[in-house]
Order: sequence, then C-alpha cells, then structure tokens
Amino acid sequence: MNVCFTLNNAPTELDVGPGERLVDVLRARGYMGTKYGCGTGECGACVVLLDGEPVNSCLVLAPRVEGKEVITIEGVGSPLQPHILQEEFSKAGAVQCGYCTPGMILSSLALLARNPNPTREDVLRALDGNLCRCTGYVKVVDAILSAAARMRERKES
Amino acid sequence: MKTHDTKVVGHSVLKIDALGLAMGRASFTDDFTLPDMLHARLLTSSLAHARIKAIDANDALSLPGVAYILTPENSPRVFHTTAGQGFPEPSPYDSVMFDWKVRHVGDKVAAVAAVTEDIAEEALRRIRVEYEPLEAVFDVERALAPGAPVIHDEAEARAVIPVTYEPKRNLAAEVSFSVGPVDELWERSELRFNGEYGVHRASHCAIEPHIAIAYLDADARLIIRSATQVPFHARRIVAQVLGIPAGRIRVIKPRLGGAFGGKQEVILEQIAGLLCLRTGKPVRLRMTREEVFLTSRTRHGQRLRLRSTVNQEGRVTMLDLSTVLDTGGYGSHGLTVATNTGSKVLPLVNRTEAVRFSAKTAYTNLPVAGAYRGYGATQGSFALNVQMDEMARALGMDVLDFWKRNHIRQGESSPVFQALGEGTEGVPMTIQSCGLEACLEQGACAIGWAQKHGKNQKGRFARGVGMAALMQGSSIPRIDMAAASIKLNDDGSVNLLVGATDLGTGSDTVLAQIAAEVLGIPIDKVIVYSSDTDLTPFDTGAYASSTTYLSGEAVRRAAEDLGRGVRRVAGKMIGEDPATLVLEDGNVKSPRSETSLGDVALRTLYQEEQEQLMGTASAYSEQSPPPFSAHFVEVEVDRLTGRIAIIEYVAAVDCGVAINPVLAEGQTEGAVINGIGYALFEEYLMDSNGKMRNPNFIAYRIPTTRDFPNITTILVPTYEPSGPYGAKSISEISINGPLPAISNAVFDAVGIRLRHAPFTSDRVWSALRSI
Ligand code: FES
Ligand code: FES
Repeated sequence: MNVCFTLNNAPTELDVGPGERLVDVLRARGYMGTKYGCGTGECGACVVLLDGEPVNSCLVLAPRVEGKEVITIEGVGSPLQPHILQEEFSKAGAVQCGYCTPGMILSSLALLARNPNPTREDVLRALDGNLCRCTGYVKVVDAILSAAARMRERKES
Repeated sequence: MKTHDTKVVGHSVLKIDALGLAMGRASFTDDFTLPDMLHARLLTSSLAHARIKAIDANDALSLPGVAYILTPENSPRVFHTTAGQGFPEPSPYDSVMFDWKVRHVGDKVAAVAAVTEDIAEEALRRIRVEYEPLEAVFDVERALAPGAPVIHDEAEARAVIPVTYEPKRNLAAEVSFSVGPVDELWERSELRFNGEYGVHRASHCAIEPHIAIAYLDADARLIIRSATQVPFHARRIVAQVLGIPAGRIRVIKPRLGGAFGGKQEVILEQIAGLLCLRTGKPVRLRMTREEVFLTSRTRHGQRLRLRSTVNQEGRVTMLDLSTVLDTGGYGSHGLTVATNTGSKVLPLVNRTEAVRFSAKTAYTNLPVAGAYRGYGATQGSFALNVQMDEMARALGMDVLDFWKRNHIRQGESSPVFQALGEGTEGVPMTIQSCGLEACLEQGACAIGWAQKHGKNQKGRFARGVGMAALMQGSSIPRIDMAAASIKLNDDGSVNLLVGATDLGTGSDTVLAQIAAEVLGIPIDKVIVYSSDTDLTPFDTGAYASSTTYLSGEAVRRAAEDLGRGVRRVAGKMIGEDPATLVLEDGNVKSPRSETSLGDVALRTLYQEEQEQLMGTASAYSEQSPPPFSAHFVEVEVDRLTGRIAIIEYVAAVDCGVAINPVLAEGQTEGAVINGIGYALFEEYLMDSNGKMRNPNFIAYRIPTTRDFPNITTILVPTYEPSGPYGAKSISEISINGPLPAISNAVFDAVGIRLRHAPFTSDRVWSALRSI
C-alpha cells in the first residue's frame, strides 16, 4: 500500500506492507541514522520525530505515518552544516560509540522545541527513554544544556 | 613525575568520528546492504540440557523464500572456543557450531537464511526438533559435586594449553598459587576475618546487538563485516571452523555500537560465513535483544571466600582468596577471568607475609559467561574492599587510613604478578607509576569524607559514605601484540592504519593524537583506519585495557619510523643533518631553514629519488602497568523500603598521562554508571528450568537518565615510563568501584553488610529487618 507523508520536509510517497515497521522502512530506504537496538520500544535508538514528537519507530507501523511529518536524524543537520545539538554533543564528549546519539539528539530537539530553557531535571526526564551504555549520560546532559543556551542566544540575536 | 610539553597529547581534542556519528551517517555493520542479501535467524534451545535426537527442517525448507538451513547434521563439527584470545587459547575447545546437545536455554540449534527476516523467523517455527531432556544443573557447587550431570560428556572437548581441564567433573578451569605461611598466620592471628561474597551474572547491553554480514568478493573470498572487538581472532577462528585458509577470509570492523567485552566472542561470524558459502549470497545475521541476553555472553557470577589476618598496627599480614566461577554451558574466558580475579586485585595489598589464591570455574546449564569490562577484577575487588572495610572497623580505624597503610606504591612489587599469568606463570613487575595515594586523598576531599564518614544517622533516611581502592592492568604481558603502519600523503597528511579496534571508546582519536604529536602535525592531518584484516596490521584486539597503552606504543613507534624517513629526505632538501631536524607545525625545521611535510611528500612521491615514505612498528608488552583508582560514594538508604539512592559519586583515577582527558572522563563515567546499575538492579532472573525471565530492557533494567547520579571524575596525573607519552589504561578499572563502595556506604549509613549483589530494595529491606 502507498503512504504519503513528509520526510525531512520533503513530500514522500512510499509503497509499504501493512505490517511493516517504520524503522525498517526508513532503513531500507537508506535512512541509516535510525538505529535498531531492541525492536520492542525499550531503548530509543530508533527514535524519530512524528509531528514533532519523539516516537520509537520500531513500534510505529509504516501506514500510520500517512499525512504526517517525519523527521529523522538525516533531516537535522548535514556534515557541512551541523545542528548546534550535533556540535555540542561532539564537543562535550557525549558521543562515544554513537549508536544512541541520533535518538538522543532527536529527543533533545523535541524537548528544546517546547522548552528552550530546560533545567537539568527537564533534560533527564525528556531523555529517559534513550538508553546509552557508554557515556553514563553525564556529558549528554551537559551537551544538551549548552546547546540550549547557544540556541537561545542565536534566537535573540 | 616527568612533564612533557605536548601539543596534541594531553589535550581534549574533538573525537574524530563524533560529528559523523551525531549525523547518523552510515557507519555501523548493519548500515550496509548488498543486492540479494539473505537474512538469517538462529533457532535456539528452550531447554537447559538436552540431547537432540532428531531434527527435521524439511517443512521449513519448503517455505518459499527460505534459502538454506544449517543444523547439526550439515554443519562442521570442529571443536573450538568462541573466546577471541591469543593463540593457542587459554579457553577450552568445547564448542561446535551446532551440536547434538544443548547446554543452556538459548544455546544454538540451527540457523535459517531466507530472503526476509520475517520468512526466516517463520521457518524457525517450522523446524521440528526432538529433544531428549537431560537432568540440568544450575548451581556451581552442585555442578562440581560427584554424581552431577556431566555437561560436556563429548570426547572431543579439550584444553589446548597445559592447564587443568576436567569436563567429566564439570571443571572448566582451575588455578591456584600460594606464597608464604598462609595457614600458620591464620592459626596464630588474633585479628582474622573470613567472609563469603556473591557477585552475579550480567549482560553487557551494548545498544547495538551482535551482528555479522558475510559476502563473497569478486575472487570468491569470504568477506565478513562484523561488530567485533577482535577482527584478527575472528578471522583465525572462522578459518579454523570452516576449514579454509585465513588468507581466504577478510574481516572488516566498521564503527561499533558498544562492546564492553561482549563482542570479544566469535559467535555469528562463522555461521554467517558458512551460510554465505553454501548459498553464494550475502548473508546478514543479527541477534535479537533476547538472543543477546540468552545466546551471547555474560559476566561470570562468582562465589568468593576471602580470609585475611591483620596485626595490631593495622597491617594486613595475610590474604587468602578462593572463588568458584559460573561459566554456564561453555568455558569461554573461564580460566583467564578466574586468574584475573586474583591478579588484578590481590597486588593492591602487598605488605602481607602470605598470600594465596585459588579458583575453580564450573560448567552449569546457564547462559554462557565470557569477557566483561573488569574481567574478574570487578568480582575480586568487591570481596577485598568490603573486607578491608570490615577490618578497619574492627581495628577502630578509618578505612582510608587503613588503606594508606597497606596499599602498593611506586617502586614496589607483589609476588602475585609473577605467580598469576593467563594460563601460564605471570611476569614479575615493579610498579613504575602509582597515584593511588593521591587518588585516595583527592577523592576523599571531593566527597567530604571527613565530615560525612561514620555518622550513624537515625530516622527513615540515613546517609553514609563508602570507598574502594582499585587497580586493573594495561594489556596482557608477553601475550598481546599490536602493530601500526603510517604513510605520508601529497599534502603532508598521513594515513594511520591500525589493527586496534575502536569500540566507541575513542581509541582512534587517541591513536591519532599520538601520531600527530610525534610528527608535529595537527590531528586533522591524521586519517585513521581501523580495522580490517586485509588492510591494517595485526592487533590482538581491544580488550584487557590494551589499546592506549600497547596499540598507542605501536603507533608512537610507527610514527617515529616515518619521522626518521621524513628527516632523512628533508635533510637532503635543506642541506642539514637529519638528526638535528625537528618536526613541528607540519614542517621539518632546523634553526636556519625549514621545509614542509607536504614538500617532502611531493619530492618523494613525484620528483627525486622516489619512494613512499612510511613507517611501521609493533609493540609487544613485557608488563602490564596497572592504572589505580579510588572511588567514593555517598548513599541514602530508605529504611522503610530498602531503596538505595546514590547522592554523589567520586572516581579519582590514575591512568598515567591522559592522552585525551575528556575521553578519559567519559570512560570513567560510563564505567561507573554501568557499575552502579550492576550493584543496584541489573540481574538475570532465572526460573527453575534455567530460563531467563527478564530478557528485555523493561525487566532487565539498565541505568537511564533517571538514575543519573552526580559523578565527579578526578584524573590524577602520573607518568608511566613504559607507556606512550606516559599513558596507562582507563577503560575497565572504574566498573570495579560501585559494588564495594556502595556496599561499604550502606554499612556506614545503616549498619548492614551487603555481601551479596545486587543490592535490590528487597535484599536491603530484609537485611534491615534482620538486624
Ligand atoms: S529499537 Fe526501537 S526502541 Fe529499541
Ligand atoms: S554512546 Fe554508545 S550507547 Fe550511547
């Protein structure tokens, strides 16, 4: 069946099976930034934004995105123009193996969209569905807070 | 301590792959597909111990889309170990690809390759296996007792080095040594301690599951892209199991999504490889999360007994540590984890008159243990540090002072180094760098030890502090070898090729920093490639905390080698004695004149006396200088519920010179959180049939941001003369701290001694009830 949706701001039409999961559909089309860690909605490696909200794409059946807006990590920044979050994650040392990072960044993006000035507590709450086994989260939280500050500055100027 | 004026080493340069990973660029094993690729799935056992009487795959084979099915019937019966270790391996050859017997729930029975994963899964359901259930054994003591069911009753199971291996008694490994009058001291000492400590199995939980993709190149060579820590061992083991020359196999390690020891195991590569050879098509085999829990590897659970004696001055005079390890259905790393339980722990307390260590590793019908960050030191450190706390309290001393009277120092040794190797004798070693005293002081100061210790609080919520002193090693002496090669390009950039495997730790960055430092170039002029058995030189792999220390030394030497060539050519170009030239800012300089690395490259590549300037070198370790660390934790115990909250955690670590301080901190923070999860709640819950009840991230909880404690890392600089730019290792040591530090802090808070991990609320609650 065909689904029509917006993928990283581009109108997209894809032929998908009724039981196909969004994570598999995206990866099969080359959107490899959406990772698979558990397949059962428990790790957050496969997070994408669905109408601005972070969802585990392994729990989303592809037909459900009809008419919606999907953002994957590929839609966030590019190597020549990284997003502030991507820069701050790199600078802070928040990227170790990097397997959890796309999901972390998408969850952070959703947080900062609704709350540009989050407290440490807000960050911890917003990220609690994104498992990371490498960093211990310390530098991840630092990265998000400094990205938030830079994004606010940019808005003001 | 020597100080070095370095430009790149010692600075927190950006991790070279961080930005690309943050973009989600395709880099991992699974981010790669091939036309016509088949998807494979494993059939695993639901019984803990059984013989397979018959297996019928016909129905599954008739399913459209199924390409091939491997079973015990049509797969090679080559006994090997899945442990990726030096050769010949210290782990027993007790595994075959698919055996006629299953030895734990989750043991491999068959594999299906099909055009989609769904079809492969459907095919699994159609394979009919007729089992003859056998009596199973889930307890190490029972497994070692006479009359226990024999888990490896096959004639072929064997050790390949001269070590104790008695599968008929379920004994997978045994090791012991004794120096000095242990029993005599025990008999005549007034102050003596004897305790039993239990540590449990746990899963590494790398977020990337285990995966391998195998395909044939144009010359029909077998190419395996794999999430592995040990590409060279993987090549060797695949060659062994499939009976093809190593030269016909290429193993490529792309970016890795975490490993922690779990991917030091060669489980999937040979299966994907064989399916590929049988079908002629690319084959992808990825574990489900449940399979990672059940079919990959775990930490060895251990039951430890520590006896010690101490004199009135507060000097520990004797340590006697014995332990039994649970290796599950196969003996992977069973000997060496046992050894390291003593060798990476007992030398910490080196003023003793006698020391003894003995360990037995038992087969059981439980999930298979293997390498896990800490590698025995995690288990042994728990026993030692809790007992040190018990001793100090009995003496009425502050445990911090007690440690200061007993710990090893620079210029000292321990008989344990010589006694315990990895399947052989060890290597004598004198400690050339030790910052433990400074770690103890700075860590204590940071947590506020003096104000917080020994407060005995009343009321529902009680706070307390605890500490632990730790060591690890840096590589396996006289076993590990690492090599690197480096070549100069037109523009003065270099390609650095290393067999060392970056698991996500940032070792590629650390190695690039070392090369950049030697050659006097900025880090972005170093292009790192790791690791690929066709293209990069050999390295035993990323384990035993070896990469910075040993692979780093290989890189330093290779870069020196290239530097010599550069000086030789530049000397000719500017008419100076090469020995007087320095490499700096991309140039080769004498006090009078200079040329650039780029110009040297252009001349040698295109213009005169043409040659490719390159360097190559190996490093072999003669010793394993330990990093040292002191961990401090403040906890709050809820007397009503038994819940332990971590208020603050301080890890002071001596890793020699930290080549990249931010990455070194990251290693410490990650290890501490993993250790906290292990201490408080990570646990395999087994039912009475040996089946894990919680093989998912909901029921097997690992730390999330909700568990985020306040962690402070203090890097205490020392200079290790045998390491590159003074460096030692850092990746493993800090996972050893939380277990004992938290246990000691809970005692400080509420007076209960937690000797069996994990310290779940129910355990703490019942312990509180029984005082
Ligand atoms: S893969 Fe979707 S939550 Fe883990
Ligand atoms: S960086 Fe490895 S899982 Fe987060």
